[in-house]
Amino acid sequence: MSKVLVIDVEKCTGCRLCEAVCSTVNEGVSNPARSRVKVVRFEWDGLQVPTVCQQCEDAACVAVCPVKALTRDEALGCVRVNYELCIGCRVCMMACPFGAMSFDPVNNRVIKCELCDGDPACVRFCEPGAIQYVDTSMADMAKRRQLGASIFRAIGKAEEEFLGVR
Amino acid sequence: MQRRLLAQTVRLNITLGGGVDRQRYWEHQKQEEDKMPLNSKVAIINLSSGEITTKSIPERMRRLYLGGRGLGAYLMYNYIEPGTDPLGPDNAVVISAGFISGTVAPASGRTHIGGLSPLTGGFGSSNMGGYFAPELKFAGFEHLVIKGASKKPIYLWVHNGEIEIRDASHLWGKDTYETQQIIRDELNDENIKIACIGLAGENLVKFANVRTGPKDAAGRTGNGTIMGSKKLKAIAVKGTMDLKIANPRKAIEYAEKAKKQILSTKAMKAMSEDGTSYIWNVTNTTGLLSYKNGQTNKFEDWPKLTIETFKEKYCTGMAGCFGCPVHCRHQWRMTSGKWAGTFGEGPEYNSQAASGACWVNDWEAVLMQAHLCDIYGIDTREFGTILGAAMECYQRGILDKEATGGLDLDWDNANNLVTIVPELVAKREGLGELLADGSIPMIEKIQQRYGKDASYYIQHVKGLARLGTEERPTPSFALGVATSTRGCDHLRSRPAIDLFHLPEDFLKELYGGYVSGDFTSYDGKPWQIRWHELLYTVVDSLGLCKFQTVFFSPHLPQYKEWCEYLRYITGMEFTPDELMTIGERVYTLERMFNYRYAGFTRKDDRLPERYFKEAVPYGLPVIRGKRLDRKKFNKMLDEYYEHHGWDNDGTPTPETLASLELDKEPSHQL
Repeated sequence: MSKVLVIDVEKCTGCRLCEAVCSTVNEGVSNPARSRVKVVRFEWDGLQVPTVCQQCEDAACVAVCPVKALTRDEALGCVRVNYELCIGCRVCMMACPFGAMSFDPVNNRVIKCELCDGDPACVRFCEPGAIQYVDTSMADMAKRRQLGASIFRAIGKAEEEFLGVR
Repeated sequence: MQRRLLAQTVRLNITLGGGVDRQRYWEHQKQEEDKMPLNSKVAIINLSSGEITTKSIPERMRRLYLGGRGLGAYLMYNYIEPGTDPLGPDNAVVISAGFISGTVAPASGRTHIGGLSPLTGGFGSSNMGGYFAPELKFAGFEHLVIKGASKKPIYLWVHNGEIEIRDASHLWGKDTYETQQIIRDELNDENIKIACIGLAGENLVKFANVRTGPKDAAGRTGNGTIMGSKKLKAIAVKGTMDLKIANPRKAIEYAEKAKKQILSTKAMKAMSEDGTSYIWNVTNTTGLLSYKNGQTNKFEDWPKLTIETFKEKYCTGMAGCFGCPVHCRHQWRMTSGKWAGTFGEGPEYNSQAASGACWVNDWEAVLMQAHLCDIYGIDTREFGTILGAAMECYQRGILDKEATGGLDLDWDNANNLVTIVPELVAKREGLGELLADGSIPMIEKIQQRYGKDASYYIQHVKGLARLGTEERPTPSFALGVATSTRGCDHLRSRPAIDLFHLPEDFLKELYGGYVSGDFTSYDGKPWQIRWHELLYTVVDSLGLCKFQTVFFSPHLPQYKEWCEYLRYITGMEFTPDELMTIGERVYTLERMFNYRYAGFTRKDDRLPERYFKEAVPYGLPVIRGKRLDRKKFNKMLDEYYEHHGWDNDGTPTPETLASLELDKEPSHQL
């Protein structure tokens, strides 16, 4: 069973270490502009959101590519770019609903997350656990547990109120 | 009108156009850059003439000064002439990113800012976190030396090797939050990082800071004032250039190892939960925090200001500086009360202690004080101390209500004061006018206007206001504060691990010399202080965070680990001893700077009189009743100078200068 990247926006601290690490691993240089993962920051609201390719099953980028340079790697569960075929038209960037297709300003080509061939470096470095690489069947569990905990808290609170503890 | 000036490194690929030339350009560029570790440059910007030149940093200079604070000190020494007016056009403000800022080394986002300080007249130097330094590196620069002065407000737009001087008339008078957002809107990019000044810097308040993001500030020594005197409102940076990594695979491997090492310590775990405020409970229960301007070290209301209360009521999440796995910054929002809707980051322990020094016992007042200082661009540390000093003068009858512009400076009024006075200081109105020039001018003003001597109560070292921590029971802390090259400051040398009662054989191995494990002892402390001074100098030169080296824990990365970073990231080989020598070189250069510009010698390595005369009234039995012994303190100074290779008056000897290759400075090699 393949694994997927799961993002928990509430955990992200906006440090952008993932960007430095991603560009170093994939391009051999530190340059967030060439990173596959990018953290979007809303500085005055205290919000930060890591954004990365969701590796869609029926991906718009794959469907739209005029030269079939984008293909789905079923074994790894990711969409890959074949640079032999890619003509650099950037239509995939237009089609992607998440902005996960980026344009590398140095090599002049589109870049996207290819999951570091199964060992995503960003995940290894994300200390708060905002980006995790988990089995597909586990992708929903973090949120379910969160919900469970909040239900317990709500029940506890209601009981306290009912019993007049508070 | 906008003057558009292109630096030498204009992106030639645009001007060269099509395929072949572009290819040749990149090959040429690559060959050139391969000769230099990392590829960041120095830009010399003259605001009077609008002239901009860029220079590459040769490997030779890296070997001598690394980058960041080290190379920044070299540039300051070379670009500022003796006898310069700190607020005149000949002063320079030097903005430095660290040598390995912007790389995968954990917490490499520190920016260092320096200039001839308007507050001390000597070495101005200040460090901030955030994202500015990495962005500056991605824009192709490591150091910006800004000289001259503009006639009208301007800001700099630094973008991929290009530097543009732009009009800032519409930004003048705006606070530091608004300024950053207006620039982002104007340049249509939310990812631009901006270092700017607020109203305080514009009005030449001597302790104005340089601000970036919602919280980070290069606070001390008044660098914002220098920017204000140059009519330089802000520096906006954005870059998409590569930062070459010598051995990417090994660099990643090593960074991961270092990250694990950092997070394995209890101190860093606590920091990621509670930020720097995690020491609030410890310092208050032991008596290591001073209140009411140093009159007492006991504060009954400290439990009202714990980080637990803060997290429950105001905290909305945690944020980290660039590349930091520890993330010690709180984000907060007030949802009720008269300041509902106010958002900010922090506060740091030091800001918390600064308002504590004035007897504040309300979390919202603490947050607002830090927030107002942030938006007006005032150093929270200097502000807290100087307001506390004014309050003690009021208590002693030196200042009356007429002198304070009608304000009641009673200690019980502190909650109110800390939220009113920041604006007065930034605008130099009423009481603000008395405080705005810093400690020494304040003593002079009181002497001139009211004929009273306030020098005992307005406490400073070299013109920089004293800290809120209690240094009297800990001779090591006191020595560090007295000898610091930027005046009263703990971040030059504070050996926080001195409080841990570590076994002496362990300390001997760590420090390479005898250091007493008892924090109230004077033995071996000069050696310890020198060791920490060199360590912190190197950490600032690399652009890493001081908290992630031997500050709160002896197990955090230091020289040995940094040699590995440097090997894999820059491809340069260093030994721990070589790095230590660089630390010594930079620290000695800072000392020379102080001697050359302000004439600082042994007489200036002093402490406020209260440290010797009054004992600490409360605290643990080992702390209570302690004050500094002048004789022993002087003996520590003798030893300290000897360890550094300086003469008995605290000036570096010719032999020391020769051995550190400083004897030909200023050598104008950059």
